[in-house]
Amino acid sequence: MRTSNRTIERCLTVGTVVLILALWYVLTIGGIFSETIIPSMKSVGQAFVKIVSDGYKGSSLWMHLATSMKRLLIAYGLVVITAVPLGLLSGYNSKVCAILEPVIEFYRPLPPLAYYTILVLWMGIGESSKLCLLYLAGFAPVYISCVSGVIRIKSDYINGAYTLGANKRQIFFHVIFPAALTDIFTGLRTALGVEYTTLVAAEMVAATAGIGWLVLDASNYLRSDIVFMGVILMGITGVLLDKLIRVIENHVVHWKGKN
Amino acid sequence: MNQNWKEQLYEPMGELLSVHNIGYDEELISIQDVNLHYTGQAGKKITALENINFNIYRGEFICVIGPSGCGKSTLLKILAGFIKPSTGKVELDGKKIEGVDWHRGVVFQNPPLYEWLTVRKNISFGPKMRGIPKAEYEELTDQYLEKVGLTEFADKRIYELSGGMKQRVSIARTLINDPEVLLMDEPFGALDALTRENVQDMTRKIWWDTNKTILFITHDVEEALLLGSRVIVLSKHPGRVIEDIPVNFSRRIIEENAKDIKFTEEFYKYRERLLRRIHEQTA
Ligand SMILES: Nc1ncnc2c1ncn2[C@@H]1O[C@H](COP(=O)(O)OP(=O)(O)O)[C@@H](O)[C@H]1O
Ligand SMILES: [Mg+2]
Repeated sequence: MRTSNRTIERCLTVGTVVLILALWYVLTIGGIFSETIIPSMKSVGQAFVKIVSDGYKGSSLWMHLATSMKRLLIAYGLVVITAVPLGLLSGYNSKVCAILEPVIEFYRPLPPLAYYTILVLWMGIGESSKLCLLYLAGFAPVYISCVSGVIRIKSDYINGAYTLGANKRQIFFHVIFPAALTDIFTGLRTALGVEYTTLVAAEMVAATAGIGWLVLDASNYLRSDIVFMGVILMGITGVLLDKLIRVIENHVVHWKGKN
Repeated sequence: MNQNWKEQLYEPMGELLSVHNIGYDEELISIQDVNLHYTGQAGKKITALENINFNIYRGEFICVIGPSGCGKSTLLKILAGFIKPSTGKVELDGKKIEGVDWHRGVVFQNPPLYEWLTVRKNISFGPKMRGIPKAEYEELTDQYLEKVGLTEFADKRIYELSGGMKQRVSIARTLINDPEVLLMDEPFGALDALTRENVQDMTRKIWWDTNKTILFITHDVEEALLLGSRVIVLSKHPGRVIEDIPVNFSRRIIEENAKDIKFTEEFYKYRERLLRRIHEQTA
């Protein structure tokens, strides 16, 4: 019963994708729209092949992608090693929370590009302002889900550990941290998505390399084939990043959703 | 309290009373004039326990029963050190109980087992945290796995276990610390009848084999009689001790292999007596 349902869902998913591609194809055969409005599948494919082999404005496509990924991963790595411990500590210790919360509550609702201008003013247009932007954008969701992850832990988990002989520090590492992992990953997934969209936006505002810059630059020359190719590539990269973190999550939090 | 009880004795209970405290004369915990008030909504004072006085002797298996909300869990929390009595004194071996300590092991109704660890690692959690050498605690873990009949399940995950097995893990990981006293708060309340009988038998056997001191909270009179060496009844809110009697069914189940003891007239009389005492409260 379940498997047959799964098969139907699979078919629906594949069907939707095929339908969209077919629609795209149909819209571009008759020459109803100009290549600038909707480039044909064929020209987007050719743009891809050409850029893969010749690069774009002197740098290879992989270089642009790698530039973007490097920014993303450095900022993300910094978020993981700082927001997770600080968030967990804030949940565990109300004093730490009292210090950090007002700052985070204030900047969290701001669109990242709003404070990007300030960061550029302070650090210039180079890499550091971009890393800082992505770091701030990713910090808040991870921090917040870590705090709520700790608050949600049943007191028996912690009391139980004390009665078994654990001290406060051991409880933090052996009980609080693993018990909050489910929520930590929820935050990490959100942060990855937020950072990725922020990255692309920032590259469009101010950059000389990266996949976001490539798309913006091509649009200035009305090269819709390249723009489409870039956007599709961004989409695929985004999906892959999300898949990757889900695979890691399923591996680490193997007990999730069971029981 | 025992005196009142004696006066109203049914015939067979007379003999039973004479076994009171045989072998249980070494005081372990003393509870003196304990009152506990919670602060309820709008700062209202809620008295959960009133004037509690009794001693726990080494090796006793005390079952505490009483209507729901009468303060049973509160009593256990005081003994565990989760909360302090508002007035009065609680001492273990003559030392005031302050805070939580692994010498007082707790088995919760919903065992807070760690899903991220295997059965084996849940059981070795205590000794590991306490800094016992690895080789030593691994050997201990094997022993306790066997004691609770989970050797085959050692490397299973917590979510792969049934409710009864989880409670076995919980008991094992508390016992492995060799605590002075085992505090159990309605540990089998959520289990089905068959499973419950199994874990009851196991608990009784462990008590008998290890001479552990156990304080066991239950709302099931039959369970109290089948396990305890002494039964304490708390009155309805606020909890006071209204009955404190020695029983020996548990010992006889082991010594005389008296499996059907709960169908005897004697057992029936005890059960009726305690049930009546509790119902007087709720009426
Ligand atoms: N943290 C608390 N704050 C206020 N009242 C409480 C608290 N915990 C328990 N109580 C009250 O104290 C009484 C005894 O509770 P409890 O010890 O849990 O009873 P039992 O375990 O016998 O069902 C109940 O009336 C309950 O409502
Ligand atoms: Mg209770």
